[in-house]
Amino acid sequence: MSKLHVTTKINGDEVEFLCDPRETLLDVLRDRLGLTGAKEGCGTGDCGACSVTVDGRLVCSCLMLGAEAEGKEIATVEGIAEGEALHPLQKKFIEYAALQCGICTPGILVAAKNLLEKNPDPTEEQVRYWLAGNLCRCTGYDKIIRAVMDTAAEMREAS
Amino acid sequence: MALDSSKTTGFKYVGTRPDRPDGLDKVTGRARFGADATAPGMLFAAIKRSPHAHARILRIDATKALAMEGVKAVVTRADFAEGLTGENWNILENVMAGDTALYDGHAVAAVAATTALAARDAIKAIEVDYEILPHVTDVDKAMAPDAPVIRAGAADASVPEGLHPNVVRYHESGHGDVEAGFAEADLVIEDHFVTEATHQGYIEPHACLGTLGTDGKGELWCCTQGHWNVQKVCAALLGLETSQLRVTASEIGGGFGGKTAVFIEPVALALSRKANRPVKLVMTRAEVFKATGPTSSTSMDVKIGMKKDGTITAAQGTFRLQGGAFPGAPCEMTAMCAFAPYDLKHVKQVGYDVMANRPKQAAYRAPGSPMAAFAVESVIDELCKKLDLDPIDTRLKNASREGTRASFGPTWPRIGLVETLEAAKAHPHYSAPLEPGQGRGISCGFWFNHGGETSVSLALSEDGTAQIAVGTPDIGGSRASMALMASEVLGIPYEDIRVIIADTASLGYNEISHGSRVTYASGLATIKAAEDAVQKLCARAAAKWGIPEDAVYWEDGFAKPSGPNAGDFAPLPIAEITATMGATGGPISGHFEATPEGAGVSFATHIVDAEVDRETGSTKVVRYTVVQDAGKAVHPTYVEGQFQGGAAQGIGWALNEEYIYGEDGRLQNAGFLDYRIPVASDLPMIDTVIVEVPNPGHPFGVRGVGETSICPPLAAIANAVSAAAGVRMRQLPMRPSRILEALDSAADG
Repeated sequence: MSKLHVTTKINGDEVEFLCDPRETLLDVLRDRLGLTGAKEGCGTGDCGACSVTVDGRLVCSCLMLGAEAEGKEIATVEGIAEGEALHPLQKKFIEYAALQCGICTPGILVAAKNLLEKNPDPTEEQVRYWLAGNLCRCTGYDKIIRAVMDTAAEMREAS
Repeated sequence: MALDSSKTTGFKYVGTRPDRPDGLDKVTGRARFGADATAPGMLFAAIKRSPHAHARILRIDATKALAMEGVKAVVTRADFAEGLTGENWNILENVMAGDTALYDGHAVAAVAATTALAARDAIKAIEVDYEILPHVTDVDKAMAPDAPVIRAGAADASVPEGLHPNVVRYHESGHGDVEAGFAEADLVIEDHFVTEATHQGYIEPHACLGTLGTDGKGELWCCTQGHWNVQKVCAALLGLETSQLRVTASEIGGGFGGKTAVFIEPVALALSRKANRPVKLVMTRAEVFKATGPTSSTSMDVKIGMKKDGTITAAQGTFRLQGGAFPGAPCEMTAMCAFAPYDLKHVKQVGYDVMANRPKQAAYRAPGSPMAAFAVESVIDELCKKLDLDPIDTRLKNASREGTRASFGPTWPRIGLVETLEAAKAHPHYSAPLEPGQGRGISCGFWFNHGGETSVSLALSEDGTAQIAVGTPDIGGSRASMALMASEVLGIPYEDIRVIIADTASLGYNEISHGSRVTYASGLATIKAAEDAVQKLCARAAAKWGIPEDAVYWEDGFAKPSGPNAGDFAPLPIAEITATMGATGGPISGHFEATPEGAGVSFATHIVDAEVDRETGSTKVVRYTVVQDAGKAVHPTYVEGQFQGGAAQGIGWALNEEYIYGEDGRLQNAGFLDYRIPVASDLPMIDTVIVEVPNPGHPFGVRGVGETSICPPLAAIANAVSAAAGVRMRQLPMRPSRILEALDSAADG
């Protein structure tokens, strides 16, 4: 039962952990580091509830091994707000009621933030296709898409 | 004199759209769902499941598993209560197989170990010998004379003689003489319809964390729509006293009916009792598909007669529902919902509950109604086409109204179907031009809505704010709705109220969050609890002023003398009364416990435009409008969300989603890749119109909105696709291959 020692950076903090070679990054985040914001909806990369970014790239943390986090920079939903200041997406999601049960919300916020960093002025179609890997069963996506579009518009105005 | 704050207009808080109280937790990742809890010394569990559709269990040997590093306990059926009867026996049989595995994915044993990986490794080491038995998964085949018998003696007294033992319940209702009615018609259409089983598809797999000692005392944390039900069922299955098991409902990551049932909680508790440590048990997605709540699959025949002017002369339906290896398919509700929107002189509906080697069906948003509407509304659409009638005008002509005798018996009180049809007709969507290749579909839908046992407790704090304990898990923003209704009665700001979902030890019994009952029943209970507190506040003011209690009334958070004769006193704010409540008679709280029975039925009308690609057979929903009677929309944004969510699930059911079984009786698509629920790029924006025809059974007119929204979509989309493709679609889902087949056969025919 030899474990691997991994050094990584999560939401800007240096983190060290030991993990089984078979453990996914999602397992490590949730069960070893207590970062339960990322959710396991499927474990097969189909639902996006476990979305995180690794060196700025959007990934399903259930499809990546914990050991692969070595030397990387990981960002999770827990790192989106800065202190007491919510990210504009977080504010808009509450304002628009872009969530009902909220289980998909962490993954969708991580994915939407990643989109707006790459494309500050997305079309509705671009938002829909970017978020096509994040399943939501409650909302029919309507209010989610509107929240993301409006956040993008507001962030463009502010910048 | 009991306080009565009933009203249908003049609201200050109800009908506004404040931020939900759990919003911050849910956008920051700190909301705690089923799988997010831990406990000191916690073990992880995994379940061993049958790979066979139907097999006798000859031997289970866990010797090798128990010898593995980190494995602390194994349980089988022998670790649960004996001698159960009725539904408790059915639930236990489903939670852990007895002598026979009844479907692919049926639990046969479970393991608890120090890590999740060790638990998963250990279940592979449990040896099970099976004798494979003949199986059946299709509803029509399960009713055929030569079908294998799932379980002899499972039928109840409702089943007529001569039917196969797999038919376990039978329903028949209606009135008039349908044959005489059909004879009056200018056109009669009879058709056969089929729908496949679908899954609720909540994104959060079932999860729980249980602790149970040999002293019979336990604690359970789980994602559920009804934790008092979990408490009751777990106590029965484990031989405990109900009150000794405290159950706390986590935040719930979707349920839609699928989390009204109990699957893994008794297993975690049994393992905990054996290992003497807390046990966490989380399903994989494949387990969710294989062993939890799909809907029934159906086979249906509907016959409707119509005059040239659109008057329906008679209607008849036969609805066969496959409900898995246990009784319980909602054959009555399917039959009762089928013709509910229409005022019919002659109507007859028949329902069959049929067992097959599939997982025990569970409720899914208005159980049975969407399938019935698919069959009925498709036939009405075809009649309108053949008789060249407008689909909305025809439905208006036959619509159920106040005073109509419903197809299943009662006489309708005030209902809002006509209002939804009129709003749909007036909506710009209905008159918008269609592009080539597109078709428009209309459908009505009906759901009963429900009351149920309900307890709410409200406590005032010294600063004049309020905390409310409700017992119905918040599955769609109900904490916001409860706070709004309490604000309305107490006259204090929404932000001054904190609503929590209490655990089973902290509040009286509450039925499950189901039947669209939460805003209705917990809402009514919240209003009554707030009225109870207001009455006590008025009494304190009266005592202070030295005037009779009935000379004080409550307005906008102040006690006021009721008129010049009562005396000249300055209005007393709530915070001044609560600041001294300890000295004026003690803490002020409000309570309500009852089973409200004034739930108001609701109707909806949906309009859909669909575009069919004749080359690939794929369908795109290009425009969608939901019109539904909410009674009163307490938080309109969340009402819209329910409308949109129901429509989206209906789109998935109509176009993509289905349980696919192989010849071997095994589920072929137990994952989100192959069981494809709608993704963001599949859908258009979903327009909503909230109609408000107050329910006389609720102080503010609330009807409940969660379920009716999924009743019309299957039919509305089928009607749109049939119009676009030029061929009647009689089977769901209308996946591309099925549409191409229909186009081919239409071309051949």
